[in-house]
Amino acid sequence: MPRKVKIVVNGVAHTFDADPDRTLLTVLRDELDLTGTKYGCGEGQCGACTVLIDGVPARSCQTRAAATAGRRITTIEGLEQNGRLHPLQEAFLETGAMQCSYCTPGMIVAGAALLEKNSAPNDAEIIDAMQGNVCRCGTYPRILAAVKLASRKMKRNVA
Amino acid sequence: MKLEPERYELFSGPAYEFAFGRRGFFKALGGGIVVVSALQPAMAQESGGARGGFGRAAPQEIGAWLHIDGYGAVTVFTGKVEVGQNARTNLTQAVAEELGAPVSSIEMVMGDTERTPFDMGTFGSMTTPQMVPILRRAAAAARELLPAAAWDKIDFAEVAKNPRLIQSPATSGRVKPASEWRVMGTPVPKIHAREMVTGRHKFTSDMKVAGMLHGRVLRPERFNATLVSFDGSAAQRMGGVTVVRDGDFAGVAAPTPAAADEALGVLKAEWKADPQASSTNTSAKTLFSDLKRTGSPAERSSNERGSVAQGLAQADKKHASTYTIAYIAHAPLEPRAAVAEWNGDKLTVWTGTQRPFGVQGELAQAFHIPEQNVRVIMPDTGSGYGGKHTGETAIEAARLAKAAGKPVKIVWTREEEFTWAYFRPAGVIEVRSGVDKAGRITAWEFHNYNSGPSAIGTMYNIANTKIEFHPSKYPLRQGSYRGLAATANHFARESHMDELAALAGIEPLEFRMRNLKNERFQAVLEAAAGRFGWGKRKPGEGVGFGIAGGFEKNAYVAACAEVRCEPGKAPRVVRVVESFECGAIVNPDHLKNQVEGAMVQGLGGALFEAIDFADGKIVNPRFSSYRVPRFGDLPEIDVVLVNRKDLPSAGAGETPIVTIAPAIANAIFAATGERIRSMPLNARTPANPVPTGAAAAV
Repeated sequence: MPRKVKIVVNGVAHTFDADPDRTLLTVLRDELDLTGTKYGCGEGQCGACTVLIDGVPARSCQTRAAATAGRRITTIEGLEQNGRLHPLQEAFLETGAMQCSYCTPGMIVAGAALLEKNSAPNDAEIIDAMQGNVCRCGTYPRILAAVKLASRKMKRNVA
Repeated sequence: MKLEPERYELFSGPAYEFAFGRRGFFKALGGGIVVVSALQPAMAQESGGARGGFGRAAPQEIGAWLHIDGYGAVTVFTGKVEVGQNARTNLTQAVAEELGAPVSSIEMVMGDTERTPFDMGTFGSMTTPQMVPILRRAAAAARELLPAAAWDKIDFAEVAKNPRLIQSPATSGRVKPASEWRVMGTPVPKIHAREMVTGRHKFTSDMKVAGMLHGRVLRPERFNATLVSFDGSAAQRMGGVTVVRDGDFAGVAAPTPAAADEALGVLKAEWKADPQASSTNTSAKTLFSDLKRTGSPAERSSNERGSVAQGLAQADKKHASTYTIAYIAHAPLEPRAAVAEWNGDKLTVWTGTQRPFGVQGELAQAFHIPEQNVRVIMPDTGSGYGGKHTGETAIEAARLAKAAGKPVKIVWTREEEFTWAYFRPAGVIEVRSGVDKAGRITAWEFHNYNSGPSAIGTMYNIANTKIEFHPSKYPLRQGSYRGLAATANHFARESHMDELAALAGIEPLEFRMRNLKNERFQAVLEAAAGRFGWGKRKPGEGVGFGIAGGFEKNAYVAACAEVRCEPGKAPRVVRVVESFECGAIVNPDHLKNQVEGAMVQGLGGALFEAIDFADGKIVNPRFSSYRVPRFGDLPEIDVVLVNRKDLPSAGAGETPIVTIAPAIANAIFAATGERIRSMPLNARTPANPVPTGAAAAV
């Protein structure tokens, strides 16, 4: 019998079989039906599968699910709180920072993690933090604008 | 203007005609007002026949229909699909404009072979020039059936008491001129965007249906291989696994993706590669000489004018050069995916495709069933760029589902997507030209091998031209890609224009202006140059400015690029200004988004994207070995939209990509004096410059 592992995803505890080969991405998508986190490459190169593990961005396709025992996972579905969008989600809407939107969840999770660490990132800091997230539609200029807009929104919320 | 047909985009539609009438529509839609909008005769001819939805077909060529119910809810049915180009929003705007209805009251049903009229596919930048007018005519006709009151004052229950089915006029009909637009021409936000930013939107790859299995397909190591022996017994013994071998197709379906992977891993197979196949005896190293060597005589010579020999004799200076264009991949971030479900001999497939009706045909053919028994539904999809015209995953999932007796989902891996999809055709382009003392081009001879004839004709006024496309024997599966061969042809043409300008000793923009008469083309060149500061700013040390212009699919484009070239370093694109004119603008924000996106995507093909292959294998089928543009590649981007409210709206999904590569090549020449005639311009760029520290796995 495989060992059971407990993780907390978006504030809810889940238990699953700790098959050593399983990635966090497949547990989230196939077991918990949290399909906002996407498969894009399976080698940690595109960022579509980005989630937060204890607040730190991670590639869920490269993360063994068993290794996340006892950790706190946040996915795109967990950013909205009581019907209120995260400021970066709002900023993506206001700047129209998407086309096909397949990369959008990973972009927002990566950007939200950056804003948590650095409340007013400049262009170079955003590029450095998000270089591993691919948007094939090429909406990077808008995503940059969205992160900066969210930064201003969050400052206002604090003030 | 009649668009040139593109050899890689010719698909004929089936030509059924069945009974059609109000009963079918009202049974499906439940009364109210229905307006059926016909295709324009020219378009009906192009589509090769048309069929209606609801399992039946229409007596005339239908483009779309629109329904208004007793609550004022508007539902519009179109075969076009949403792949990120924001067709859903633009088409909704068109209906809202003519109906005087709020955008929120309109729902678009798109790309569903059972519910929407036949549509050839969403490609060729045709949604705006074709479907927008069809929907506007339908909505305008519907408006005439309604009381003249404002939308929120209309008693729709009263209206619905008298169900009506009418046909809107095919060609004319009263629609609002652009000067009176209130919804069109404005930046209506993307519809369903909230689902996108919350991760709630279900792409095909996110779908689950009851009892669904997960499928994987066995791939040979090399292209053009035959399955000579197969043993699936080990997989068969695994619980709940279905194994299928059917000719050269072999695959498994299992209750979980992990179980499917495991079952795939224990299949035993022997493949035999065809040593005669061009994919196995050609590699990226010999690609261009092979394409040239196998090039067949010109398919068309409609672009022959005057005499090139005479033109060259009149020239003061002559020039000849050869350009090459590598194979590149679309690499849509959502790989191909499909969910297939059989109900007796009826098949339903959800799949991300730009051609739902084309995939319906492929499925009917593959399973020897009538098309009426196949329903293809296209959920809004994670991009295509011309790369999702075919139904590979639909057929694979349906084959496995048939054997398993359960629904099956297939999502291609990134490696499968890079290997078993199709590529933008590689090409070789030879140009020969002459220019007189006055700086006027006297002769222009242009031969394109393999990449395609799109935008092959020159926009410049030249008395003596010979312009030909030569199909070649090609080694890799190739097909449509955003802009088709317009990118290759513009790269060669606009690079060569720059070379001629240098030869004639004339400033590049002035040289272009001297050789063209088209005012729309002049206007975009001036717009880009003006915003860029062309001729006013001086480039610094190691920096060059380049300009390029283009025309395709009734849209005009020009780009100015600033590139920094330092010894021993890859060229760095610092700034690009692009101007774009596609008639009257339907949604300025989405148009700008398309132009920006095309510029960024164009950077990849211009600078570093290239498919490497040898021995019937793709050598770089991963993002770690096939580089795509990332945040760090981003130049300062500036878009100038030229709004021509007096002209019909053209599409914008493709043409903004065509001038990026030549503008950069010309800037590199200006900076270094080195003329690079191959795409990508910097083939030595390292494949994977991604820093892994910032967002690494735990």
